[in-house]
Amino acid sequence: MLDSKIPEGPLADKWTKYKDDIQLVNPANKRSIDVIVVGTGLAGSSAAASLAEMGYNVKALCFQDSPRRAHSIAAQGGINAAKNYQNDGDSVHRLFYDTVKGGDYRSREANVHRLAEVSTNIIDQCVAQGVPFAREYGGLLDNRSFGGVLVSRTFYAKGQTGQQLLLGAYSALSRQISKGKVDMLTRHEMMDVVMVDGKCRGIIARNLVTGELERHAAHAVVLATGGYGNVFFLSTNAMGSNVSAAWKAHKKGAHMANPCFTQIHPTCIPVSGEHQSKLTLMSESLRNDGRIWVPAKKEDAEAIRKGTIRALDIAEADRDYYLERRYPAFGNLVPRDVASRAAKERCDAGFGVNKTGEAVFLDFASAFNRYGKTEASIRGLSEPSTEEIVTLGKEVVKAKYGNLFDMYKQIAADDPYETPMKIYPAVHYTMGGLWVDYNLMTSVSGLYATGESNFSDHGANRLGASALMQGLADGYFVLPYTIGDYLANDIRTGAISSDSAEFEAAENAVQERIDHLINNNGSKPVDDFHRRLGRIMWNECGMSRNEAGLKKAIMDIRALREEFWKDVRVPGNATSYNPELDKAGRVADFLEQGELMCMDALAREESCGGHFREEHQTPEGEALRDDENFAFVSAWEFAGDPSESKLIKEDLVFENIELKQRSYK
Amino acid sequence: MNLTLKVWRQNGPEVKGHMDTHALEGVSPDMSFLEMMDMLNDQIIRAGGEPVAFDHDCREGICGMCSMFINGEAHGPGRGVTTCQLHMRSFNDGDTIAIEPWRAQAFPVIKDLTVDRSAFDRVIQAGGYISVNTSGNTIDANAIPVPKEQADDAFSAATCIGCGACVASCKNASAMLFVSAKVSQFALLPQGQPERESRVQRMVEQMDKEGFGNCTNTGACAVECPKGIDLSNIARMNRDFMSATVKSKK
Repeated sequence: MLDSKIPEGPLADKWTKYKDDIQLVNPANKRSIDVIVVGTGLAGSSAAASLAEMGYNVKALCFQDSPRRAHSIAAQGGINAAKNYQNDGDSVHRLFYDTVKGGDYRSREANVHRLAEVSTNIIDQCVAQGVPFAREYGGLLDNRSFGGVLVSRTFYAKGQTGQQLLLGAYSALSRQISKGKVDMLTRHEMMDVVMVDGKCRGIIARNLVTGELERHAAHAVVLATGGYGNVFFLSTNAMGSNVSAAWKAHKKGAHMANPCFTQIHPTCIPVSGEHQSKLTLMSESLRNDGRIWVPAKKEDAEAIRKGTIRALDIAEADRDYYLERRYPAFGNLVPRDVASRAAKERCDAGFGVNKTGEAVFLDFASAFNRYGKTEASIRGLSEPSTEEIVTLGKEVVKAKYGNLFDMYKQIAADDPYETPMKIYPAVHYTMGGLWVDYNLMTSVSGLYATGESNFSDHGANRLGASALMQGLADGYFVLPYTIGDYLANDIRTGAISSDSAEFEAAENAVQERIDHLINNNGSKPVDDFHRRLGRIMWNECGMSRNEAGLKKAIMDIRALREEFWKDVRVPGNATSYNPELDKAGRVADFLEQGELMCMDALAREESCGGHFREEHQTPEGEALRDDENFAFVSAWEFAGDPSESKLIKEDLVFENIELKQRSYK
Repeated sequence: MNLTLKVWRQNGPEVKGHMDTHALEGVSPDMSFLEMMDMLNDQIIRAGGEPVAFDHDCREGICGMCSMFINGEAHGPGRGVTTCQLHMRSFNDGDTIAIEPWRAQAFPVIKDLTVDRSAFDRVIQAGGYISVNTSGNTIDANAIPVPKEQADDAFSAATCIGCGACVASCKNASAMLFVSAKVSQFALLPQGQPERESRVQRMVEQMDKEGFGNCTNTGACAVECPKGIDLSNIARMNRDFMSATVKSKK
C-alpha cells in the first residue's frame, strides 16, 4: 500500500499546520548528520545550500565540471508566482487551480497547493539574492503570461530566466562551499544507492576524471537529478541529462510514477537532418506575441514546401490561425499538450511548411505592428509611416526576446524579424518520475527526490514556467523542512560507515557492469543504439500512442537492449576520463526505462494531458479522460526486469476541485 | 563538405600533447560544430580508435561547458556564439580546421580538448554572492525598487556563462572579464551594496591566487565573449577595488 502521508485538515491549512507539528533537529545534532544531494540544478543547488545553512553536513555531486552548468540553466521563459502584482485577480488558489487543471487532474491537490503557497517566497528570496529579474520603468518587477492561464504571473529575466535563477542558487551553494559546509564533488556521477537495514544510507559514485569508484555514506540521500527526456534521443534536454540515478533508485525499491507522462513542447526549432544531436526550444513566452498559423489551402502548403512561394506571399485571408480558430478563449496561449497536438494534426493533414512537412509558422508581424504603434505614441510621432511603426515594433520585440531571435537565426539560418519562424513540437520535460510522498520521500526510507526527478506536482501536463517554480520550492522551502522529520530519528545513530558489506556489494556490482561495457568489444558506438531507441520512442510513445504501436515498441526495445549488451563498443579504459563509457551506462538505463514508459502508456487506457491514446478521444479530437477508472497515480515497482514491473495505484482524491472535461475553447 | 581536421590530443595534464590530423567527408553545412565532432568521433570509434574528449552539454549556448579554440579563436570565427552554436556553414568545402583546448596555466588540460575550469568556481566561492539565507522570510520583492536601466545593466553583466573564452583569448590569460562581470552584477544592485567592498577584494585576491594574468586592456576578451560582456565591467571592478583598498587601509 502506498501512503502519500498527506496531512489532515482543510487544504489551505495543511502545509502551515504540518510545519508546526513536524519534528525538528536541534542545531548541535544537525552538525553530526550527513546528507548527500545528487545533482546541482535548481532543485539540487537550492536544497544543498539550504540544508547546509541549517547546519547539516552536505555532500553535493554533479557530473558537469561545475554546479552552475546543470540543465536548469537552459530554462528560458520564466517562473510563476502568485504575487498578483498585476492586480489581475491572481491568488494562491488560482495558481493551484490552474496547475491542477493544466495537469489534466492527475496531480495531488495537497502537493500542488503547497507549491502555490510557497511560490511567492521564491520571488522574494531570489530578489534578495540579487537575481536580476526584468523590471518596469518604475523599478518594480515585470510579469508576462504563459500558456493555460488568464493572468500575468510569470517573472522573467529576458529569455534566460533559468540561468539567472540557477546562478542565484549556485551563489547560495558557493557561499556554503566556502564555509566548508558543503563538500562539492564535480565531474562525479552517482552509480547506485546503497541500502543498509532497509534504509538508504549512501551512494556509490564514480569520479569521471580518474574513473575511480567512491563510497559516500550519509543519513539520507536526495536525488535532484532531473528528467529523462533524453530517452527519445532528440529532445531539448542537455546531452548529459539522464535517468540513471533515478533508475538505479528504482531498481533498489523506489517506485517510478507515471513514467509515460512526457511533455512535448510545441515551439521548438524543427529537425533539420539525420545528423541532429539535440533540439532547441523557442520559449513559450513567444506565444504571448507570436501567432501560430499554417496555410489554409493545401496547394499553398505544397508550394511552400517546394520553395516556390514564401510565407509572406500568402494573403491574410488564406492563413489558418488554427489555435485561435479552435480555442478562441485561450488562442495561442493554450497549454503545451493542446498546442502540440494541434500542430501535429495540421501537419499530418498535409499543411506543414518545411521540407519534411513537420513545421508550422510562428509569426510576429502583428506584434511588430501593435508594439510599434504604442511606441510611436509614446514618442509623440504624428502620423508615422508603416515602416516606421514596424521598425519601432521590432525594437520592442528585440528588447523582450532578442536572445531567442538570435538563437533562431543562428540555428535555422533564417531571420525571424523578416519572415515567420518555423517551429514544431519536441520532447521537453517529463512529468513522471520517482514516486514521492508529501515529504518528498520516495518509497525507500531516507531516499528523497526533488524537482523534475519526482512526479509530484504537474500531473499529466506541466504548465509553462512551473518547472523552475517547483525546483526551487522543493529545494528551498519544502525538503529542508520535511527531511528534518526523518532525520530527527537519526540523532543517536552516529556516523554511517562505508566499510559495511552492503557498500562492498554495491561497489562490486557497479564495477562488474563497467567491466562488462568496457570489455564488450562490439561493433557499434553507443549513439547508434541511442538514436534507434529514440526513434522507437518518438514514433510509438510520443505525441500520440495506440495499443498496437506500444506493444510493438516494447518488443523492439527488448530486442534492441539485447543487441546493445552484445554489440556495443565502448573505446578506451575505465581508469581515466572516458565520456563514451559514461554515455554507455546512461543509454543502458534508458533502454530499460523506455520499456517501462511504454508499459505505463499501454496500461493507461485513457487520454490525459501529454498522454494521448488514439483510442480515447472526443469527436473533436481532444483528450478524453476516464476519471472513473484512471484517477490514480501509476506507481511501478521493480521486480527483477522491466517487463516484470508491478503496477501499484495511488488513488487521487479531489476534494477542492471539481473534475471537468478540460476546455480552453 | 570535406574537411581536414587538426585536433589537439593529450592524455592528461602531465603528458605532452600533439596535433592529430583527420579527414572527414560528407559534413553537412547545417550541422553544428559539435555535431561535426560527433561525426568525427563516430568515425574514430568504428575504426577502433579512441574518440576526442571534449566538454559539451546543453548545446544551446547557455551552459558554458563547450570550449574549443578553433583556428586560433575561442569558439571559432562567429561572434556572439559558443562552439555549440557555431554551424558548419561558417566554413568552406576543403577547409583545414585547427581545434585546440583553452590554453591557460589556471585551466590545466584533463584530456584532449577538455580543461579544468574549477578556478572559476573558487573565485565565485570567495565572494560572488549576497550573504542571505534561503529562509524565504526576506522582505517583499517589490519593496526593493531598482531603476530599470540599472537592473538591465546588472542583468547584462549577469549573463556571463563562465565558459572561459575571455581567459583563452587573452595573451595574459587574465580572468578580469569573468570576475568583473560578477562583481558588477552585485555592484549595480541595491542588494549588493553591504558587501560591495569585501566582495571585490576577496574575489580579486582569489583570482590572483589561481594564477590568472593581469589585464593590459587589449580587449580581446570582449571581442571573443559569446555573451558580449562589456569591458566597462573591468573598469568598474578596478574602481571598486581601488576604492575598497584605500578605505580598508584607513
